[in-house]
Amino acid sequence: MSDYFLLFIGTVLVNNFVLVKFLGLCPFMGVSNKIETAVGMSFATTFVLTLTAAVSYIVNKYILLPLDLVYLQTLGFILVIAVVVQFTEMVMHKTSPTLYRLLGIFLPLITTNCAILGLALLNINENHDFVESIIYGFSAGVGFSLVLVVFSSMRERLAASDIPLPFKGASIAMVTAGLMSLAFMGFTGLIK
Amino acid sequence: MILSITIAIVTFAVLGIIFGSLLGYTSIRFKVKTDPIVEELDAILPQTQCGQCGYPGCKPYAQAIANGDDINKCPPGGDAVMRQLAERMGVEPKGLETEEKPKLVAFIREDECIGCTKCIQACPVDAILGATRQMHTVITDECTGCELCVAPCPTDCIDMNPIALTTQNWEWDLNRIPTKTTTEL
Repeated sequence: MSDYFLLFIGTVLVNNFVLVKFLGLCPFMGVSNKIETAVGMSFATTFVLTLTAAVSYIVNKYILLPLDLVYLQTLGFILVIAVVVQFTEMVMHKTSPTLYRLLGIFLPLITTNCAILGLALLNINENHDFVESIIYGFSAGVGFSLVLVVFSSMRERLAASDIPLPFKGASIAMVTAGLMSLAFMGFTGLIK
Repeated sequence: MILSITIAIVTFAVLGIIFGSLLGYTSIRFKVKTDPIVEELDAILPQTQCGQCGYPGCKPYAQAIANGDDINKCPPGGDAVMRQLAERMGVEPKGLETEEKPKLVAFIREDECIGCTKCIQACPVDAILGATRQMHTVITDECTGCELCVAPCPTDCIDMNPIALTTQNWEWDLNRIPTKTTTEL
């Protein structure tokens, strides 16, 4: 049990997907302009990450490994991700139209989010079992959400503040992201 | 070598078929029943979101028409939109409800305008030009006469004037002339 908890904390803070592993940077920069969209994107990504972690583990363990097809992992996982995202979108459209409208275009865009594929491949690399895979996926999503929401609230403040002209727009966002990444470096060594 | 390639191709083909049929089943099982006519009606409406029909926007009005409301409540769309709606809904075209009133456009008395931009924010069709603490003015061609800008003005300097009759906006009242359409020659 404490192993799972350590895995969770470790993934959220120490090995944060965005700021330490540098995965999923496109939505991190792209949808962090407004906090509402950031929250929507966070929920969608967390959900898809968790589901993908489970399905890709099953596909890898019971299809790719027995058939000696490990060299086609990337292809297989991309297939899984695309199906999971599409499935989620259709089910959500039916069951929760409000959430569907809130997430809007971000849901299909998750297909091309490198954090998802990265998670599936890292799960294999780190020899996680089924439960660990799911926890890893969920905590990667929580870490992504945390960073995205924090970053977007900072950007909302930045938009209203008086920034020197050369730093306006993307440059100050990049500097902020770099500083956040530095701050998260401080968590290194929190968990042995 | 050939065997492993075959295995790979077959495996992914089967995987693809399984996933594909799963998605196909989901798309039927979780089909969202939206009324397609609402979308079509919404596409006909002018999207000024002015609220003159009594609904909060064009989409709600489209919904209401689909549920049997009158088709003649959209002054910005005018006669043309009403005819399209009538054709789509398969009902007789009706005269616009507001037809008795002459068509109005907003006019800003510029010497009284303080440049607060409140009317600019209210205008659904961006027909008001101006900037903060600068005088505003109305682009007459763009104005639909929805009167949404009148209420927010703190100095009450917006008038609704009837459009001056010119050769451009003269309407030929051809419907009033009794004509008979016939296919016989």
